[in-house]
Amino acid sequence: MPEFDLQFTIALVTNGLLIGLMYALIALGFVLVYKATDAINFAQGEFVMFAAFICAGAADLAGMPFWVAAALALAGMIAFGFGFERVVLRPLLGRPIIAVIMATIGIAALLRGVATLAFGGGTRAIALPVDDEPLFLGPLMLPPVQLVGAAVSLVFLAAFTWLFLKSRMGVAMRAVAESQQVATAMGIDVRRYFAFAWALAGVVSALGGIVWGGMLGVDNQLALIGLKVFPVVILGGLDSVVGAVVGGLIVGVVENLAAGYFDPIVGGGTKDFAPYVLMIAMLMIRPYGMFGSRRIERV
Amino acid sequence: MLTLNNIEVVYDHVILVLKGVSVVAKTGQITTLLGANGAGKTTTLKAISGLLNAERGSVTKGSIELDGVRLDHLPPHDVVRRGIVQVFEGRRVFANLTVEENLVAGAHIQSELKRVRDGIARTYELFPLLKERRHQRSGYLSGGEQQMLVIGRALMSDPRVILLDEPSLGLAPRIVEEIFVVIRRLKESQDLAVLLVEQNAALALDIADHGYVMENGRIVLEGSAESLARNSDIQEFYLGLNEEGARKSYRDAKQYRRRKRWLS
Repeated sequence: MPEFDLQFTIALVTNGLLIGLMYALIALGFVLVYKATDAINFAQGEFVMFAAFICAGAADLAGMPFWVAAALALAGMIAFGFGFERVVLRPLLGRPIIAVIMATIGIAALLRGVATLAFGGGTRAIALPVDDEPLFLGPLMLPPVQLVGAAVSLVFLAAFTWLFLKSRMGVAMRAVAESQQVATAMGIDVRRYFAFAWALAGVVSALGGIVWGGMLGVDNQLALIGLKVFPVVILGGLDSVVGAVVGGLIVGVVENLAAGYFDPIVGGGTKDFAPYVLMIAMLMIRPYGMFGSRRIERV
Repeated sequence: MLTLNNIEVVYDHVILVLKGVSVVAKTGQITTLLGANGAGKTTTLKAISGLLNAERGSVTKGSIELDGVRLDHLPPHDVVRRGIVQVFEGRRVFANLTVEENLVAGAHIQSELKRVRDGIARTYELFPLLKERRHQRSGYLSGGEQQMLVIGRALMSDPRVILLDEPSLGLAPRIVEEIFVVIRRLKESQDLAVLLVEQNAALALDIADHGYVMENGRIVLEGSAESLARNSDIQEFYLGLNEEGARKSYRDAKQYRRRKRWLS
């Protein structure tokens, strides 16, 4: 094991927190859908990938400037979220939840296929309008792309927190999450809030897709980001917004520490499974996560 | 005025639960619906509020009208907009929301913020206890406070009809007393029809103007609250009194019920 080095650790943790915020962003989309509709969205990673493809494709194939392509990806994913709820999920309302989960798995495969069909199998790049030169802050080396990603995540999380906690719409969303029947009896059109949750999942996917796509390149592999969502939400609690953020930060940090301290010894790879080890441990200790509600999960 | 004309309700396309129920709830009055477990009281309320559909039930015959406008087959959130609000039994607060947030959720159909604020002020006037707890999570309130909250929350939509399902369930007698005082005030102070479902017949007949008795999905008795309270069958089965007015043992009532069911 490399010698413990405070500066090195601080650097790992900082980078982990930055990445973690971006995990938190994507996990939020997942948590919102689960809270509002009880559905587990197995296509979250594919949503992210598809958004990245729209952005990269629009820039590459149609020659759009970055901002236009990004706006297109955002609009496209919102429309996709609404459409998916309306066309696929609404007819499944009242069916066992497993039907909805299978539908998300189906849509995941469909999105991977369509993305390859439309944009080709090669890796595309998103040219984010940020510098490649890392910023040096004392001992810390911060890639601008991560800073931008973290900033985007923070802004969205803050805006969302306000909406969720302070606005009347947020109150209605939380009411729907607690009891669809009682919310309906208040005159709340529950289906509208289902659609809204999916549209928000579209928004976070677009934001995540653009930033992750810019960092990693855009191809089918990008959908694997979706798998990172699971340790995040299990750690934080499937139905907790705070949990998504805290879980995201933990996963980001753990991943980076593993990469820094264990990978050199074993020759790499621990970064990828460390969060899952944590996830399994959490499932044994607190299956509902740090901030999740304590009801028994039937999925 | 809320009118149910001979409605029939079927669950799962085959199970007939309401077999021609006609009920009228007049504005400015309290109408009560009495009956044993499984008689169809809650189903009647859900038929009115439109919440049956979510439970694979539907109104197959008859009509439900509010001042002559038909409501059956409207989605439940539209029924609330038309002015009918249901308060479920069992104090279904949004436990993770604060008292005030519960009220805000109840005012969902109000488009003007002022009406929301007025409604909140009115609720606190009606239930001063709630004001003290306005920023507490409603899950931590006592049972009585929760019952007050769900009634207050329902009133936030400025309804013309309020459907109350067993507001006395599981509450201490003193608290029930308090809540019933408020229910009585509702009909006096607001332009409102109250349809009250209760197991506690003595209590319900005490504050109601008119009453119906349900059994096996049918209305078997109807009349003014006073006449029902004097009815000997009601006294026996619902108020637990025998002809001399003394309390009857549970065993007698049980045996008599069994015989009666068999005859009907």
